[in-house]
Amino acid sequence: MTAARQGWTPSERQLERQAVRRRLRLRSALVATLATVVVVGLLVVVVTSSPGWPTFKETFLSWDDARAALPTIWEGFGKNVLMFLVAEPLILVLGALVAIARSTHAPALFPVRALAVVYTDVFRGIPTILLVFVFCFGVPALQLQGVTNSLMWLGVTALVLSYGAYVAEVFRAGIESVHPSQVASADALGLSSTQSMRYVVLPQAVRRVVPPLLNDFVSLQKDTALIGAVGVFEALFAARDYANFNFNYTPYLVTAVFFIVLTVPLARFTDWLGRRYARRERAGAR
Amino acid sequence: MTATPSHAAPGPALLRVTGLRKAYGPKVVLHDVDLTVARHDVVCLIGASGSGKSTLLRCLNLLEPVDDGEIWFQGDEVTDPRVDARRVRARMGMVFQSFNLFPHMTVLDNVTLAPRKVHGLARDAADQRARDLLDRFGLVGKADEHPDRLSGGQQQRVAMVRALATEPELVLLDEVTSALDPELVGEVLDIIRDMAEAGTTLVLATHEMAFAREVASTVCFLDDGVILEQGPPEQVLVDPTQERTRQFLRRVL
Repeated sequence: MTAARQGWTPSERQLERQAVRRRLRLRSALVATLATVVVVGLLVVVVTSSPGWPTFKETFLSWDDARAALPTIWEGFGKNVLMFLVAEPLILVLGALVAIARSTHAPALFPVRALAVVYTDVFRGIPTILLVFVFCFGVPALQLQGVTNSLMWLGVTALVLSYGAYVAEVFRAGIESVHPSQVASADALGLSSTQSMRYVVLPQAVRRVVPPLLNDFVSLQKDTALIGAVGVFEALFAARDYANFNFNYTPYLVTAVFFIVLTVPLARFTDWLGRRYARRERAGAR
Repeated sequence: MTATPSHAAPGPALLRVTGLRKAYGPKVVLHDVDLTVARHDVVCLIGASGSGKSTLLRCLNLLEPVDDGEIWFQGDEVTDPRVDARRVRARMGMVFQSFNLFPHMTVLDNVTLAPRKVHGLARDAADQRARDLLDRFGLVGKADEHPDRLSGGQQQRVAMVRALATEPELVLLDEVTSALDPELVGEVLDIIRDMAEAGTTLVLATHEMAFAREVASTVCFLDDGVILEQGPPEQVLVDPTQERTRQFLRRVL
């Protein structure tokens, strides 16, 4: 039986089908290429034939200005990356803690639950840039002992609090997506609600929320540029500084390229993870 | 190790239910249910879907709060709101229709979670006992697999092992073969038979009438939330006194 299965040679009809499929694939590829060339070509024609194109080329696409601005943008971009790397783990911890606080039931923890609700409502409701202003200008004005006056770190605090609220909601959605039968099962084994959260619910919830979390982090990478609004010399502020002095906006495009190069790999990784989870969910579906 | 549990002398009541009532809004799911389960008893709950079998089991395990009546387990009234449900459940095992294994853990971790975290067993001891049980139930070599790698019958057997790993006084089985392909039902029934022969006290909701007749010491026929008839299987299943029971048996046999 196994030998017969191994010794399979495709029938003539199957070979014919394969040939037809190859032809169809080739045709699809040709159509796709042609359509892309036409669309891109049209765009190029429309843009380059616009009346302002020569001026645009000079102020936005100047190779010399790009080269001249590159070192300061590069230096500023280091700050963006640093802020992102520091903020990300703090946001994860804060978000997880707030989400867990919101799913507790003990009466003694009511104030914690209430605080968690107020926190997510308030910090998700305020525009992030407004939070940056409040922290960077408000906190130093208080002249508190032992609190940093570094605008960058105050800005990072604002980012952490703002994104923490979003991430808490993502975690909470994950916690609530774990089927009640899993909790019933943990209950039936005699596990406490803390144990059931830690060993049964959270591990499953975290796996499910990884793709949306990564999506939030793509967004965070870009939002580190908001700190430039209070004068921290990150990449965007460096570009603006150069543009204002030299009346040339090329550094903005350079900065855009930096951010794209940083976020694209994370975005592709998110897509890949999402597809992998979708496949697994389907495979595991009953 | 009573060979024929139905002829065993009645032991002291392990579980006693009196006047149990449960309603979801206006829908009364259980009404005035009385049930006594002695040690080594095998009580089979039969009845149509929606007759209240699963709800009764979930009430016994305190997964659902009751609306009236009392449940006494090992001499304690467990329906007292001050009772710590965890301590009651730690002495009861429960197996569900849809297995409910933890998908992110290996079979071994599924089985040892409660012994380690609830009963404070050391990892080595818990692992050893779990492996012995898995071997006994025909799951040799499956300890390190994840549940989604196993067949439905194997998953349900793991769920049984998980419920037995804490050495419960009472095991509740909620239609444990209903989600299985017919060819896998037998292997799960074999295990229940083993448990019954080893003297485990069982309360099970089932649609397998032939099996109920074979293993039960008591059969309860539930109809619309009421235990209409209860007694030894040869009476309830063969010569029922109620017309509703006869109708039901005609349909399922």
